[in-house]
Amino acid sequence: MKLDPAIRDQVLATVPSLRAFAISLCGNIDRADDLVQETLLRALAHIDSFEPGTNMPAWLFTILRNLFRSEYRKRRREVEDADGRYAETLKSHPEQTGRVEFEEFRAALAKLPSDQREALILVGASGFSYDDAAAICGCAVGTIKSRVNRARTRLADLLAIDSVDDFGPDRATRAVLAGGGRN
Amino acid sequence: MGSAMGERGKDDVMKHRNTNLDPLEPVADKPENENPMARPAATPHKPEARLGREVQARIGQQLRAMYNDVVNQGVPQHLSDLVRRLSDQDEQ
Repeated sequence: MKLDPAIRDQVLATVPSLRAFAISLCGNIDRADDLVQETLLRALAHIDSFEPGTNMPAWLFTILRNLFRSEYRKRRREVEDADGRYAETLKSHPEQTGRVEFEEFRAALAKLPSDQREALILVGASGFSYDDAAAICGCAVGTIKSRVNRARTRLADLLAIDSVDDFGPDRATRAVLAGGGRN
Repeated sequence: MGSAMGERGKDDVMKHRNTNLDPLEPVADKPENENPMARPAATPHKPEARLGREVQARIGQQLRAMYNDVVNQGVPQHLSDLVRRLSDQDEQ
């Protein structure tokens, strides 16, 4: 019995965001593609445990995350090193943001604890609900919410001062506020 | 007194500017132990929270831009080949 083409297409449709998530975890595009490949192998070998009609992206993200946690995270030193080369893994830089701003953002993101970064990306970039993100990470919804909040607060803290210049008129006040907001 | 009014006015301006921000609904980064009764009446929003909202919108934007940069690369050939090959195989 061959795989239902509809299911196959759902898998294929999820690959681009799986890669984006994998890169955010690994910080390295080659390792991310290995991780995605391994995820796809694992998923297709166990496709029977996927319930048609349920959330395919969440299912695949869960598998990828588990693989990452169990195997890839052991190579922690390499991962940290790879974080610094994250920008180089991208073919182009987002158009909406300047290169410098993008670099600053990437650097700030790399400073977050991995569980916070992961939660923030699942909710803020992948577009998962808090419930789905909690299921993917195997933790309580409240835990995800608190990780996302801490991630945002920390990022804001890291980026606030540098962003003040872009905010126009009230910049002096904002500079003070940004400073005051640090903790 | 006068300065309190000034703060108020500024708040209103901020509110307008922040209406169509981030669909992420950034949650204001208020401390958990915050006691609403303890806040001065003239500053209904904490300044940090106001600044936070704008920075949060920016964060959401950059996060998605970075992520979509990869998403827009589509499915690499070798991964698409892999999925097609595996789905054409008989299941054990």
